[in-house]
Amino acid sequence: MARNLPPDRNVAPTVQKLRLHYAKRGRLRFSSHRDFQRALERALRRADIPMAYSAGFHPHPKVSYANAAPTGVASEAEYVEIGVAAECVPSVVRTALDDALPEGFVVMDVVAARTNDFVQRLEASVWQVELPGVAPKEAMRAAAAFLAEPEVIVERLTKNGMRTFDARSAVLLLEGAGTDPDCAILTLVVRHGTPSVRPDDVLLALRRVADLVPPKPPRVTRLAQGPLDEAGTSVTDPLDPDRPN
Amino acid sequence: MTSPKNRQRGASLFEDLEELLPFVSKPIQYVGGEVNSVIKEWDDVSVRWALMYPDAYEVGAPNQGVQILYEVINEREDSLAERTYSVWPDLEALMREHSVPQFTVDAHRAVGDFDAFGLSFSTELGYTNMLTALDLAGIPLLAADRDASHPIVIAGGHAAFNPEPIADFIDAAVMGDGEEAVLLITDIIAGWKDAGRPGGREGLLLELALTGSVYVPCFYDVDYLPDGRIQRVAPSRPDVPWRVRKHTLMDLDAWPYPKAPLVPLAETVHERMSVEIFRGCTRGCRFCQAGMITRPVRERSITSIAEIVQNGLEKTGYEEVGLLSLSSADHSEIADVARNLADRYEDSKVSLSLPSTRVDAFNVDLANELSRNGRRSGLTFAPEGGSERMRKVINKQVTEEDLIRTVTTAYAGGWRQVKLYFMCGLPTETDEDVLQIAELAREVIKAGREATGSRDIRCTVSIGGFVPKPHTPFQWAAQLDHETTDDRLRKLREAIRADRQFGKAIGLRYHDGKPGIVEGLLSRGDRRVGAVILQAWRDGARFDGWSEHFSFDRWMTAAGVALEGEPVDVDWFTTRERERTEVLPWDHLDSGLDSEWLWDDWQDALAEVGVEDCRWTPCFDCGVCDQMDTEIQVGPTGVVTLPMPTLPARNPVLAAASDT
Repeated sequence: MARNLPPDRNVAPTVQKLRLHYAKRGRLRFSSHRDFQRALERALRRADIPMAYSAGFHPHPKVSYANAAPTGVASEAEYVEIGVAAECVPSVVRTALDDALPEGFVVMDVVAARTNDFVQRLEASVWQVELPGVAPKEAMRAAAAFLAEPEVIVERLTKNGMRTFDARSAVLLLEGAGTDPDCAILTLVVRHGTPSVRPDDVLLALRRVADLVPPKPPRVTRLAQGPLDEAGTSVTDPLDPDRPN
Repeated sequence: MTSPKNRQRGASLFEDLEELLPFVSKPIQYVGGEVNSVIKEWDDVSVRWALMYPDAYEVGAPNQGVQILYEVINEREDSLAERTYSVWPDLEALMREHSVPQFTVDAHRAVGDFDAFGLSFSTELGYTNMLTALDLAGIPLLAADRDASHPIVIAGGHAAFNPEPIADFIDAAVMGDGEEAVLLITDIIAGWKDAGRPGGREGLLLELALTGSVYVPCFYDVDYLPDGRIQRVAPSRPDVPWRVRKHTLMDLDAWPYPKAPLVPLAETVHERMSVEIFRGCTRGCRFCQAGMITRPVRERSITSIAEIVQNGLEKTGYEEVGLLSLSSADHSEIADVARNLADRYEDSKVSLSLPSTRVDAFNVDLANELSRNGRRSGLTFAPEGGSERMRKVINKQVTEEDLIRTVTTAYAGGWRQVKLYFMCGLPTETDEDVLQIAELAREVIKAGREATGSRDIRCTVSIGGFVPKPHTPFQWAAQLDHETTDDRLRKLREAIRADRQFGKAIGLRYHDGKPGIVEGLLSRGDRRVGAVILQAWRDGARFDGWSEHFSFDRWMTAAGVALEGEPVDVDWFTTRERERTEVLPWDHLDSGLDSEWLWDDWQDALAEVGVEDCRWTPCFDCGVCDQMDTEIQVGPTGVVTLPMPTLPARNPVLAAASDT
């Protein structure tokens, strides 16, 4: 009986891949990765983007997500790739999608993919960690203590249970910025790996090595992610290789 | 609870809330910002409503009633509406610690700042959540303790048809359809404010009460007989009407709401758009409060349905549309609606669903039509009663042959799993009636195996405990005690397990009988039950609809304390049968149903006599249309082909179409 075979849908093939650079700002930093997925897929439909779909009983729009910032963390540098069934003008997609997304998700840039190694190019992230109620001096002292250690072991509860790992070796840069005496601001550059070391792991490490306990919740923002620059302490635009000339 | 910062009325408290959000689960549910949500300037309007669905955001946000009222109010220039939901205990604790009051998710204003605080109660189990919200809002729990600075607290939703258990906590209740009622109340509040608030808070409440369609409990006195029964419910003022009537919205096509459905960022229980295809039901199932209190049937036309679907999809980006009503297969043109919508969206990724549990082959045809593109996984039918006799008692006019014919059609059409809904604890029910469910399930599996030649056939039996509800023929019935309920369900489980031939193909889902007793207490309680709710809440009752939060023992202890010295107890409210002459707590609230008719229908139930549906037989005088001056509004309209909408030009994203 052919009753439960997927219907013939004449699935439209992907003719173009578009890479989206977007930001997660303000109150929407409390959105989870899944919240963003739902919001994006609905915005794609509202904006009438001619999406390519997977085959099968439950066709899904072709969307690949890379390396999403955690819930509670803002980001100026999130990336996603979509497959479309008709060739689109990237700048027009950017505007249409930006208008359709809820306020707080901002489409910064859209480029047509011309390369294949996009995810591998996301080598490291630059994070900004604001510490309201912490004096810059105190934060700098903690950062120095952290950097002086060869390794700092921390734990994090993941969906596979408690994991223990080194939060130190992936950190390429940790330095102070900003001048507000009541709010230290740290810049953190972390190389991506498995498990990926996140800003909250580094904050836990600062607590371990230097008793740094922020009195208020820190505000974390990913400023950039991409290939490491020559000095190995910052990143370049991961979409550059896709841009025409 | 007041803010330590002396916040201005209507000011946002998001900054204070934001500091707490990193420490709670699913913080996204508290930040608002949904697509199609509306924020208006506080000072631009006269009347401000805070609307609450008293459950977690994931349950409350999709609620159609709240979304409709939110839009209807916000469309008015002189008013605004914002939404608020129950906060989980983790955030509640932090809000108390940091003096952050109950807030709306739209502009994060304090609920206590609004003129009116409207709560929609689909179920009585939300009562304790109302108390949490009032307390967090800094609004006195008892209406009598409130002054001019506090919002008026108004209950709506199906549970408001007997608001007596919460009479001490609310200022007013509205029965029936909310669209016009909320506009009426808004007009009255606006006029009262314009006139310089004559009579203060009481002046406003009196004006509402004098309409005859807003119930203001403080203007009614309840006297009791020594044995605990109610002697009389009477207005405490000569100008206040003896009975308060429900609202009925006629001509649904004129009210195509929600026009811009909210699209939550957080995950919710219904990730789809809903379109109400008609309101009311006259099937006459005697256990069904919704069917009794929402009469008469009023259909939306096929063209209006199509427009709402198309508009809603464009505005939301949802992929799924649910065609809602109390019995969706009963729409007079449902076959055309289903075929046309299925045609229109065949090439898109939009899926359609029609929650209908009607036991007939037509229902299967509809499901087949709507699942043209999809997998045929499960279909649900609701015989409700296990035995033929039981189904006569509840007026669910379905025979065993009907059911077998229906499931045979379903299995033969490729559906692998059939779900059957039943109730346990119905009036006159015996063990034997419930054990018949096992027999029925056996026959269903047998029919499925014959129809498909396959043994890969499943049937899931899902059983809910029956709770007698006000304004139904069973309002006089004794509720079954939880021990007997549990015992019957255990016997049924054993009977299914012992069946070697079919038992493994039958799944059984049920809950224990205890929560039903608390629901029964709150459903048919009177004002004395208010003290029980307050005590249970003080003892920690929250989210009583959630099994992980519900505690039967806490409720029973609270009832023991609160009803001490009264001639009544939990059993008196639940497992006691009422007599014809007893004054019921909701007798002064007019659902349109004639009390004589309800009683006769109750007697017919006991005599196992059925009653037809007045949509296709002559009127049987339930009383609603006469009393409420309403009429059945059903098709067919004769419009069998949908005019194709002029679809908007595609966004100019295509390379070929753009001017590069």
